[in-house]
Amino acid sequence: MNYLTDRKRAEGLGSGRKGTHHHWKMMVTSISLVVLVPLFVFVFGSALGRSQEEVMAFLSRPFPLIVIAMGLIVGLTHIKMEIDEAVEDYVHGIARKLTLVATAALVYTLMVAGLFALLKLAL
Amino acid sequence: MADVNRGNRPLSPFMIGPYYRPQITSISSIMVRLTGIASLGSAFLVVWWLLAAATSESAFGLIDGLLRSWFGDLILLLASWAIWYHMLGRLRHVIWDFGYGLSLETSEKMGWGMFIAATGLALFTAIVL
Repeated sequence: MNYLTDRKRAEGLGSGRKGTHHHWKMMVTSISLVVLVPLFVFVFGSALGRSQEEVMAFLSRPFPLIVIAMGLIVGLTHIKMEIDEAVEDYVHGIARKLTLVATAALVYTLMVAGLFALLKLAL
Repeated sequence: MADVNRGNRPLSPFMIGPYYRPQITSISSIMVRLTGIASLGSAFLVVWWLLAAATSESAFGLIDGLLRSWFGDLILLLASWAIWYHMLGRLRHVIWDFGYGLSLETSEKMGWGMFIAATGLALFTAIVL
């Protein structure tokens, strides 16, 4: 056993400086989601169950469209931070880096695909 | 400083279970993380449904039929529970960050409250929609 710790090795080299920003973004999205989650759940819930034409008409209206778009942007941003945090806790080495890249790719693909779909539905 | 014997150091074990009794504070916290990650799956379904609605009638029919079947209802019920629970869990973090509700008793109450309120909200969502 060797008791030289990572902390001892890292001391004096400066921090990553990202922790405070991450925490603040988490707080901002968390507070935003207290408003957005109820709106999103009820707007999506009332869109579901309609025919395709009715869905198009419903999501062309400004309020439902903005709620769904905001929900996707803020929600997925929050989910990405949530997953990144868990990955940084439990996955190590190259696997960690690749998982972080894969998460970012998936999250942003979903976000763009969702926004594109809304755009197409509304226009 | 030399990089000696990296990885050959004692590490802290996973505590819950063998060394640490599961408590509502730890379980409710773990559930916040799990529901947050699981919501990516819900987001996937929502985006699939939106994209299908914007694409064609047959594409829409497939995912819409899936979400409106009994299995879809079950998935959506669980998804809504998860998103409500996560919202409440993150709200609890914000309350803590502002310096309130940090006593053990209040934390435990909030933990139970999250489970109960999320279940209530999910059932309310299922009944109303």
